[in-house]
Amino acid sequence: MKLNKFWFIIAAVFLIGIAFTMVADNEFYFYATYAVMQLMIMGIAWNILGGFTGYVNFGSGGFFAAGAYTTVFLHRAFDAPPLLIAVLVAPMVCGLIGLGVGYFTLRLKGVYFAIATLAVAIILETIVVNWEFVGGAGGYYLLIPENVVFFDSYIEWLFVLILAITLIAIIVSRYLNSSKIGQGLAAIRDDELAAESMGVPTLKLKLISTTVMGGLMGAAGAPFPYFITFVEPVSAFNLLVAVMAIAVPMIGGTASWIGPVIGGLLLGTIQETVTVNISSELNLLIVGVVLVGFISLAPQGITGLYQDFMRKRRKGND
Amino acid sequence: MTEPILSVTNLTKRFGGFVALDGVDVSLGDKERLGLIGPNGSGKTTLINCISGALYNEQGKVNFEGSDVTGTTASSRAKLGIIRTFQIPRPFRSMTIIENLLIPMEYAASGRMESRNLRDQAMESLEIVGLQDRADENSANLTQIDMRRLELARALSAKPSLLLSDETMAGLSSSEVDEVLDILFALNGRGVAVIMIEHIMRAVMKYSERIVVLDAGKKIADGSPDEIVNNRDVERAYLGE
Amino acid sequence: MIELFINAVVAGVLLGGFYAAVALGLSIVFGRLDIVNIAHPAFVIIGSYMAFYVNENFGLDPIVTSFLFLPVFFLLGIVMYRFYYVCFERTGQESLSGLAYFFGIMFIIEVLIILVYGVDYRNVQAPYIGHSLWINDWIPLGDFRVSLPYRMLVPFVVAAVVTGGVYLYLSKTYLGRAILAVSQDRVALQLMGANPIKVKQWAFGIAIATAAIAGALLIVIHPVEPSVGRLYIGRVFAIVILGGMGSISGTFFAALMIGIAETLISTFIGPSWAPAAAYGILLVTLAVRPQGLFGRA
Repeated sequence: MKLNKFWFIIAAVFLIGIAFTMVADNEFYFYATYAVMQLMIMGIAWNILGGFTGYVNFGSGGFFAAGAYTTVFLHRAFDAPPLLIAVLVAPMVCGLIGLGVGYFTLRLKGVYFAIATLAVAIILETIVVNWEFVGGAGGYYLLIPENVVFFDSYIEWLFVLILAITLIAIIVSRYLNSSKIGQGLAAIRDDELAAESMGVPTLKLKLISTTVMGGLMGAAGAPFPYFITFVEPVSAFNLLVAVMAIAVPMIGGTASWIGPVIGGLLLGTIQETVTVNISSELNLLIVGVVLVGFISLAPQGITGLYQDFMRKRRKGND
Repeated sequence: MTEPILSVTNLTKRFGGFVALDGVDVSLGDKERLGLIGPNGSGKTTLINCISGALYNEQGKVNFEGSDVTGTTASSRAKLGIIRTFQIPRPFRSMTIIENLLIPMEYAASGRMESRNLRDQAMESLEIVGLQDRADENSANLTQIDMRRLELARALSAKPSLLLSDETMAGLSSSEVDEVLDILFALNGRGVAVIMIEHIMRAVMKYSERIVVLDAGKKIADGSPDEIVNNRDVERAYLGE
Repeated sequence: MIELFINAVVAGVLLGGFYAAVALGLSIVFGRLDIVNIAHPAFVIIGSYMAFYVNENFGLDPIVTSFLFLPVFFLLGIVMYRFYYVCFERTGQESLSGLAYFFGIMFIIEVLIILVYGVDYRNVQAPYIGHSLWINDWIPLGDFRVSLPYRMLVPFVVAAVVTGGVYLYLSKTYLGRAILAVSQDRVALQLMGANPIKVKQWAFGIAIATAAIAGALLIVIHPVEPSVGRLYIGRVFAIVILGGMGSISGTFFAALMIGIAETLISTFIGPSWAPAAAYGILLVTLAVRPQGLFGRA
């Protein structure tokens, strides 16, 4: 029953999204919701490794940018193939990067893994800066195709695309969270040595976790060059991406798949409102302060606060 | 002795220049209860780690139920039925007591579980250790003795054929020690072979059918509790010359 | 070619000495207290901007300024640790939340500096900036011209003195030895009668105080903008891990190594590859020898 409800909501959201492109004509809404969903995917991806498995990743920006630059590379190398191809290839490339990083560093304690992810991001950035084929330090312009099938404008197509990626990310994350794999990941997060001794193949599960994380980050990054039409390393590898990817699940709650969904909606909306109405620097400051505030005062995030609230209310009723 | 369930031959483990285990041979019969004793730092826990796969040994072999498991991961050995407990209990803190038990049932014992409801089977394990009324409590805030109970129930849920019990009774009161001993006897009664590391001599002597003594990484004695008590090498290792 | 090489190595040694000053605080905090203060370079940047502010308004030497501000940074460190202890260490959540906490702090510092000073590069004035010491004036080297720019040489000397000072402090004083014992040897600490929380707090204060000096050295060496600190995260962690986690002399030698590696890559491959050098060395170290080159195995 519960399962059916979940799939019903997923399908309904997708259909409402499609309907939205038919009625709304102010493009701002699509840009704003695109940004919110991109943020949500990054939060979901980070949470699979950080929240479910307990390995902090500071290199989200690197994976995201690797996705974006996969699109740039394909655009340059194959004379602007359809974006959908990039959206399929980028997760594979980034998943492989995730697998590689995981293989070399996951035997280490969590702290070293976190630092290693940062290293990977900087190394990828240095490679891109020195790689003239994808624009080097100067960046790369993409012309948006003028004709779009079915939709009124390209941003509507991008909106539907990122909506589909978001829903897939939610499905994947929910599956990992509630399946046998999810229980194994939780055991690793709680106590890796005990998990291994209880038969959990920790290395294998951690590799699944890094690969899926990388793949989803890459999927979030793949449409990015078309969204902003000009990519350069500094903005693609922005530290903000890494901060956001951590802030979303930290605010929403890291233990379950729903946390980053809530966190993404909340933080994304705040961010879009503040950027439009006040200033973007202040917006960054708010993100930072909210992040640190949640980590220190409500480490279980909003879902944790909600559970505490329900528990207290149930006790009050008894 | 029947066909051994476990045979460790010429096991050597070094940490840098320090030789923690030096050519140790141990074998264990089916359903046997073996006590493993020795002064601090004699290599007992290292031996448990090498048998369970938490550490890899450079030399020597570990054979379990007729197959060579040397160099395999701890999780794959757990799947075969080599299960250990930890000196300091290591529960999965974000989970309830019964969820702790589901992990080994889903993983270590997944190929060997009965097809009945997992929760029912977990409840049976909890009944053996006396935690059946607290199945849905959080595991992070248990008392020492309850942590030990949970540790044993979780090991039991992994359907072990060999249990490596690493100082399960350290720091417990006399009556609690008896309680843990009862649990370990019950486990053995279900056909589990047990290697018990313990400093509490009364418990080891009562529980073990056979005792192996380690000193400075070497096996210095192997025999029945009575033989060990009267062994001069053992006395020397414990009391000094 | 050989001249280039020698100059690159000399520049690398000078640069490496400065890196040691940046890594020093992290070596104590990460290597000895097991606290992953990823925000350490951000505190170094605060030090740079403080030196910039005083230099711009009062014309005071940046390095002298940093020594005057040591107590402020020391107190800042103590407050930081108190907060960290209450929120994370006491509740055993330091692994996930503690890391994210310092990451957030780093981000907040960066944004605050941007809000106050913008994203432009800032630099300082000092009599020694812009001149060089020519080795050839002292030692006959034939055709080779080897130069030591004072803006590198002065920071190197200060960094070496500070590193030496911290080394002596840790090995010779009561509190210093307590800091060395705090994470490794609880028993020794108890025998010394020291309260581990107070010891850690003190150590964290010292670590952040060294960031003030490192920050002043940084802005003497090159102009600073708010996000420069990020580039140092990889460097300092590489240095601390290579140096064997908390060994002060190991940290110093590892810093020299990273400095030389960077200037060599910068000279012979291209400056844009240099930032990756430290990270590359770090990744290889983590994969092959996580206990570091000068490790306590």
